[in-house]
Amino acid sequence: MIESPSQSRRKFLKDLGYISIGFSLFSSCLGEEDPIMAARVDYEGGLPGSMRQAKTVNAWLEVLEDGNIRVLSGKVELGQGIGMAIRQVAAEELDMDLDRVEVKLAETGVTPNEGYTGASASIQNSAMSVRYAAATARRELLKLASEKLNTTVDDLWLYNGIVKAKTGNKSLTFAAILEGVQIEKEVTTPIQIKNKKEHRYVGKAVPRMDIEKMVRAEATYIQDLRFPGMVHARVLRPPGYGSKLLHIDENGVKEQVAGLLKMIVDGSFVGVIAQREYQAVKAERYLKDHSEWSASLPFPASEDLYMHIKKIANTPETVRNEGDVDAAAAVGAGTIKACFTKPYIMHGSMGPACGIAMYDGDILHIWSHSQGIYPLRDALSSMLDMDSNKIHIVGVPGAGCYGHSTADDAATDAAILAMEYPEKHVRVQWSRHDEQSWDPYGPAMITEIEASLDEKGRINSWKSDVWTDSHSTRPNKDAGTLLAARYLETPFLMRSRGYLAGGYRNADPYYNIPNLKLNAHYYEGPLRVSSLRSLGSFANIFAVESFMDELAERAGKHPLEFRLAHIDDERAIAVIKKAMELTASQISGEGEGIGHAFMRYKNTDAYTMVAAKVNVDKENGIVRLIKLWAAVDVGEVINLDGIVNQIEGGMIQAASWTLKEQVTFNSNGVTSTDWIKYPILRYTEIPEIEVAIIDRPNEPVCGGGEVPMPPTGAAIANAVYKACGIRVYDLPITAQKIMEASITSQYSK
Amino acid sequence: MPKYTLNINRTQYLVEAESDTPLLYILRDYLELIGPRFGCGLSQCGSCNVLLNGSASTSCMLPVSSIGDAEIKTLEGLASTSGKLHVVQEAFVKEQAAQCGYCLNGMVMAAVGLLNKNPNPDDAEIRNALQMNLCRCGAHTRIIRAIKTAAKTFKPDQS
Repeated sequence: MIESPSQSRRKFLKDLGYISIGFSLFSSCLGEEDPIMAARVDYEGGLPGSMRQAKTVNAWLEVLEDGNIRVLSGKVELGQGIGMAIRQVAAEELDMDLDRVEVKLAETGVTPNEGYTGASASIQNSAMSVRYAAATARRELLKLASEKLNTTVDDLWLYNGIVKAKTGNKSLTFAAILEGVQIEKEVTTPIQIKNKKEHRYVGKAVPRMDIEKMVRAEATYIQDLRFPGMVHARVLRPPGYGSKLLHIDENGVKEQVAGLLKMIVDGSFVGVIAQREYQAVKAERYLKDHSEWSASLPFPASEDLYMHIKKIANTPETVRNEGDVDAAAAVGAGTIKACFTKPYIMHGSMGPACGIAMYDGDILHIWSHSQGIYPLRDALSSMLDMDSNKIHIVGVPGAGCYGHSTADDAATDAAILAMEYPEKHVRVQWSRHDEQSWDPYGPAMITEIEASLDEKGRINSWKSDVWTDSHSTRPNKDAGTLLAARYLETPFLMRSRGYLAGGYRNADPYYNIPNLKLNAHYYEGPLRVSSLRSLGSFANIFAVESFMDELAERAGKHPLEFRLAHIDDERAIAVIKKAMELTASQISGEGEGIGHAFMRYKNTDAYTMVAAKVNVDKENGIVRLIKLWAAVDVGEVINLDGIVNQIEGGMIQAASWTLKEQVTFNSNGVTSTDWIKYPILRYTEIPEIEVAIIDRPNEPVCGGGEVPMPPTGAAIANAVYKACGIRVYDLPITAQKIMEASITSQYSK
Repeated sequence: MPKYTLNINRTQYLVEAESDTPLLYILRDYLELIGPRFGCGLSQCGSCNVLLNGSASTSCMLPVSSIGDAEIKTLEGLASTSGKLHVVQEAFVKEQAAQCGYCLNGMVMAAVGLLNKNPNPDDAEIRNALQMNLCRCGAHTRIIRAIKTAAKTFKPDQS
């Protein structure tokens, strides 16, 4: 979507509090004070992965007729504020006002193919590509202008869409320099980028421009798109996984539901198209009550889930093995062991999926909040047996989805129906029930740890065993990745297992341990799964950082001193110390406790330590979350308020996962099909939040969206232990589990 | 098909719809008032909130036939005719109280409904008033801050 400037520049700059470099920001009219140009430095490092397929400046930005800049990014806006961050970077390198830069996100044939928007990788890929492309564009614009103005580059100023000679009054707008041609130069190092000390926008808390549009009820999301003659569709999903349609009352629905335009049955895929949206809702409801289906695939009993997982898992693969864990474990006082479990968790987007498609007889146009429009195109091309050049997908923001959710499936539904009902925009809206029943959940996991201490109380050996399902079944050339494709008359079954390695992410601790082993046990479980914010790290850091507290207690050390004794990375030490500082003045009252947890995401990216303060009611085991703190180092900060917002929100979401969430099911199917059956944190349960960001402008940027999730779970578990002496190993941490453990521990005394 | 005259954002609308059609569908599909969002259709999340005679109410299960002459206000109707934002809207922008913003309509309408009844709410009253509104991004603490900011300049006649 193109973000159009909505705030007045003057007001915006006032809010920003920025007015430091010596030129008028309020006008680019000639004759006003000229700028002191910010110093540039040569960047000679590597180029982002996204630039491998999009090497030229014009793949990333265009100069428009009015001299404004349009930045092209293959990423999508999901509420994380990526559009704003990209705009800041481009405006920075081209010395332009922010409202002269617009950002076009994700459209096939228009924006670069950047795969999926995920893995906290948009800033380092898309925003950095834009930085280098914009810096290269600046250099090119200066060079071309110097030829046209017959002067040297050093004698030129470039700001706010013009290039002007320092002596005399000669100047050219960007548009006049380029004369309708775009900059096709390949981006290669060294690149002159702006000295970071002179940044106007990058690193600052620049307000997002889209929030005013939201409060004004302007169309923001795919659900809001309207086209002339658009029709409304619903898909009747089977009652459970693998159910096949036996009979459906096609005549009845035509008699009973007004406004029905078409019903499409293809195998066990059933769609209805109606004039009005609520008519489509009623048609789907009627058909739900007037159709017969075969039995769905049986699920194991939910109370036996973890036993079932161990039973069906493959032979483990050793993915990391350093030193000799077995030999080290045999020395000294023996090992200690613990087993941690995490249930299936759902994405739980506030806005159920939506897709719109229109087949014009030649091209199939699709509007989708997919996180990967090019891979989705590949999957649809394979399912529809259609040349991918005949499929055009426009990325449109949806509600926050936090990973691979149901967006691609809704687009697929719309595509199937639009091919059967051409020339009209067919809009498919999913129900809350289907959103929660057919979500590709974050998989259930087991993390077992066995470790030993040496005579000085240092960790001598550590072994992690992780049981995990796939952490990405995102669309790709395999049409079976699309839900609807599996239910067609000629079904596509998913051929691959997707991304398994996400399961053991962060299961090997970022601490200095001489003997270390990590085994991954892959299983193919009963529920549909894919990537959920931070993948396996959430379960693994819950285990690793809970266990670090246990080891510290065993070694007779303070848990944070114990961590510091096993780490020598200065940036890690800095976040740990910052978190200690944030909580230093806290006093824990009766029934209260403070817990901490550290993580370096993927062991290669951002650093964070989260602290949690809780109260546990001894009478009933109810956990009340009082406050959460985070100390975070994501390298160079692009938008300070953007990263703070992501960290705050992530901690709240992760607290909800930790204390409340679990996908429930019985032998017939998923039962947590609405917000009553799948409760999430509500206002009266929301803690106070405090975030400290350590800005490191000279370190590479890292994304931050996933970073708060994993340590929040462990910090809460450690706080609960401090508060009541009960350690819960099985998520979610509920009052019932605390009371049961409390009774057990009393018996054992 | 029955006809209904609805009083929405100080304008009379005549709609022809089946009597059981929920207000949310009338607003979004018939009248293209898209401020209220579809979140659950079960009155569980508050994304579809509107003001009914000044009180926040979900609209996803409310049949059009039950509305009568109640005064309906949607997010579109909060700003003044000249475009000046309601203090609650202004405060959400100032505090950057959103991530994806899908729940924002419900939060703003619940906040306006609260202030209409109680112009000086304390922290607990704000949380209780928003208890039926869900947010998945975790923008809660900013939203609470925005409502406190709005309360400082709120005048009851505004909506």
